[in-house]
Amino acid sequence: MAEEAHLSSSGTRRVDLKTKLLTAFVVCTNVLGNFSMSWGMKHQAADLGLSPLAYIRLIFTPWVLLGTTLLILWLLSRMTLLGWADLSYVLPVTSIGYVASAVLGRVFFGEIVTWQRWLGTALIVVGIICVGLTAANTTKQEPAR
Amino acid sequence: MKWLMVAIIVVSTVLADLLQSFEMKRHTVAVEDLHPGRLAGMVAGLALRVPLVVAVFFMAISFFAFMKLLSVADLSFAVPVTAASVALETVLARLVLKENVTPLRWAGALCVACGVVLLAV
Repeated sequence: MAEEAHLSSSGTRRVDLKTKLLTAFVVCTNVLGNFSMSWGMKHQAADLGLSPLAYIRLIFTPWVLLGTTLLILWLLSRMTLLGWADLSYVLPVTSIGYVASAVLGRVFFGEIVTWQRWLGTALIVVGIICVGLTAANTTKQEPAR
Repeated sequence: MKWLMVAIIVVSTVLADLLQSFEMKRHTVAVEDLHPGRLAGMVAGLALRVPLVVAVFFMAISFFAFMKLLSVADLSFAVPVTAASVALETVLARLVLKENVTPLRWAGALCVACGVVLLAV
């Protein structure tokens, strides 16, 4: 019984660490991917209109291609994270990416970040801390294949 | 055009996230499968799961709408405003996915949603 408890305890710690590491990876790929995409979109000359071909051509320009690659990695890592943690946990915790995007927009694109946006940023951080204090997974799941 | 793109992004993101969360909970990915050498096998395995394929379809819609949004709006507007889905998805996570959303988590999600609204102002 004691051994089972020990195994269970260490297993829980391992899950917590891997969930945190994967969450950090999900946030980084999302922020850098969005930044690359935005950089590429702002530096393309022609108006895209609604033509799908124009968007497909744009995907193969360097910055948009880098952004797309990072967002594919984000998609795969986020899918994995959704298997390990609740959707209602993943959504708020990864919202730190919105804050990082606002900061990058201010620093690299000279976008105006008003006091409302900074207040919003602070609220998101408070929300993330609240959700981060809860258990990552509250639903039963099948063992990993 | 800006708000139409936001609406398309939010609806398609909500559907994609619900499908992904539902399917990935049924069969989780093991830590060992995250090794770069096993990535192709992992992607192939995921591609055979119908709910995930449908989720990726919705994400593709969201992706192209996001590209259009980035061409007409600031990054510091486009990214936060699409998080309007957080509050909606938290409610659906409770109702559809039967997650145990504690008061602290509700409070956190509410803070995030309010923060997102302020970022979008």
